[in-house]
Amino acid sequence: MRTSPFTEEHEQLRAAIRRFVTDELAPHAEAWEQAGWIDDWVWPRMGELGYLGLAVPAEYGGQGADYWATVVLAEELPRCGSGSVPMAIGVQTDMATPPILKFGTEEQKQAYLAPAVKGEKIAAIGISEPEAGSDVRAIRTRARRDGRDWIIDGAKLYITNGLRADFVTMVVRTAAAESDDPWSGISLFLVDTDLPGFEVARKLDKVGMRASDTALIHLDGVRVPGDALLGVEGHGFKQIMWQLQGERLIGAIGGVAAAQLMFERALAYTREREAFGRPIARFQATRHRLVDMATDIEQVRQLVYDACDRWNRGEYAVTEIAMCKLAAAQMSFRVADEALQLHGGYGYSREFPVERAWRDARLARVGGGSDEVQREIISKLLGL
Amino acid sequence: MKVIVPVKRVPDTAGDKPIDPNDRTVDRDSVESVLCPVNEFSIEEGVRLKEKHGAEVTVLLVGPDSAQPIVRKALSYGLDAAVQVSDEGIAGSDALGTARVIAKALESMEWDLVVFGNQSADARTCLVPAAVAELLGVPSLTFARYLEVDGDKAIAHREHEEGWDVVEAPLPAVVSVVEAINDPRYPSFKGIMAAKSKPLTVKSLADIGVDPASVGAGGAAATMYAFEPRPPKAAGTVVEDDGSGAAAEQLADWMTEKKFV
Ligand SMILES: Cc1cc2nc3c(=O)[nH]c(=O)nc-3n(C[C@H](O)[C@H](O)[C@H](O)COP(=O)(O)OP(=O)(O)OC[C@H]3O[C@@H](n4cnc5c(N)ncnc54)[C@H](O)[C@@H]3O)c2cc1C
Repeated sequence: MRTSPFTEEHEQLRAAIRRFVTDELAPHAEAWEQAGWIDDWVWPRMGELGYLGLAVPAEYGGQGADYWATVVLAEELPRCGSGSVPMAIGVQTDMATPPILKFGTEEQKQAYLAPAVKGEKIAAIGISEPEAGSDVRAIRTRARRDGRDWIIDGAKLYITNGLRADFVTMVVRTAAAESDDPWSGISLFLVDTDLPGFEVARKLDKVGMRASDTALIHLDGVRVPGDALLGVEGHGFKQIMWQLQGERLIGAIGGVAAAQLMFERALAYTREREAFGRPIARFQATRHRLVDMATDIEQVRQLVYDACDRWNRGEYAVTEIAMCKLAAAQMSFRVADEALQLHGGYGYSREFPVERAWRDARLARVGGGSDEVQREIISKLLGL
Repeated sequence: MKVIVPVKRVPDTAGDKPIDPNDRTVDRDSVESVLCPVNEFSIEEGVRLKEKHGAEVTVLLVGPDSAQPIVRKALSYGLDAAVQVSDEGIAGSDALGTARVIAKALESMEWDLVVFGNQSADARTCLVPAAVAELLGVPSLTFARYLEVDGDKAIAHREHEEGWDVVEAPLPAVVSVVEAINDPRYPSFKGIMAAKSKPLTVKSLADIGVDPASVGAGGAAATMYAFEPRPPKAAGTVVEDDGSGAAAEQLADWMTEKKFV
């Protein structure tokens, strides 16, 4: 039997985070949803509390914890009642900044990672484009050398935190792919958003994750210095594939946590709500559904924990991560849909938090690599 | 400067606190234990004294070995060390007995200031801080909603119903704080991890020179003769608003009758 991966210290961290989430975030969830905007103070406040750098070494202002501390944060954040918050924060902590720690120079770590850990700089990750999402190799955003600088032209679409980011960790083509290596010619850059030619063209309107700002960004002759290049020139594809592992894992953990919350709500509601003279949870049809939800969640949780354990030990577990991303995305939407069903008309009404969770949960099957992309990855690794 | 922050383990404030009919104390085995909530405020004052004056802050806990997670929790906020007084003879102590143990423990330590919470979440007597000061023969500044150390004196704002008094006392002194005093921070993960390796000294009654007859159930000055569960809450009055304004009038009458206005 597997023992709990969480130590007494992780549980104390969980208690502290839960209190923060309940007292300081949850009261704003509804207002942020209405405004289509999470207040900016969330970043510096979470930075102050150490939550933006749990797994970052102390020399960059982090807490130096293991991956399970990150898991605790990802499990607790959905309890604020808005899927947008874990997404926005996840982009900051587990999507846009890990490549800096992994591939960056000491100067880049001090200039970007350290302030991101404090919440003084907001980070975004720029992979997707109007003409390229699933097919990362097809990106058209291009950088060409100009002396020591690079000039970037192109567009990035669906950029979370895009309206407020101070910098974007961006995937850019720097050369045509070589004939013997179709993955070559792509590089990562750290692009400051206040540079001339960097423009937020539009804020996107979305079915869910409405409190999170999602941008279309235009890059028109944006001049960045040579040291804006992150990692090795031409190795960007491999680097972003590494980045996507952390992105998918954090998404899967959040998906399980969101489903757990939905389940708890459905359980409470079906015990209270009466029909035909008894609480609806007393109907066998309802009970069995709740059992299926709980079982569904638990299966995926164990799959996700296994992938977390591998990641924590430094294993590059692409298949397992793709499997848990796929499973968690499907399960969390399935559970949200069942929870909505069990709430009846209230579930469909804006007065209950269920519909928001249902809309938010839908994203996971598309974002961070769609279900189909995960299946493609798994089938390749199965040798199909 | 050396500061001591005494902390208490209490039954979870969110739950019921069942009384064990045999010894008429709270049945601690049946409920989850937590760090007394008011201690988050006294600990925060300790952390602030550390930040402002470089104070060395020690946690003091009177309680059995099973209370050690509470000591670690207190340390996780960033305090330096802990002393725990653990002895079977302490079980069943009343406020005075507890104060005797704490006072003796304090006599065995070096300090300039002791920062208590004003009352524990379970017993709520508010007696211990003043009793400790009395037993030690040092001044006490209780119910502080503001605390400052200036050279060799402590200045506090003592809260009461009409506002607060500015009071001061030379060090060494005992202070008790109310929740209005600060906005406690959450422990950081670094603090949580560091708490494991901070020094914890466990002492017995004999170590600190307490006569076992003066504490515990046998040494108690107060005796509990009987207890009853809290009566169930009576149903409230519901005022229905029919849009005519009558409800507002009814509400105003009710508030006048109850002398709320
Ligand atoms: C709210 C939101 C936030 C986002 N945040 C970010 C962000 O911060 N940064 C970022 O870079 N991106 C972000 N994205 C983009 C997201 O990662 C992409 O939407 C996703 O990767 C899918 O790409 P696409 O939209 O271009 O769809 P497409 O790639 O055009 O896919 C369309 C459909 O075709 C399917 N498909 C594609 N290829 C195959 C295949 N080989 N076999 C079978 N089916 C296939 C897909 O699964 C999908 O169903 C965000 C998206 C959303 C909606």
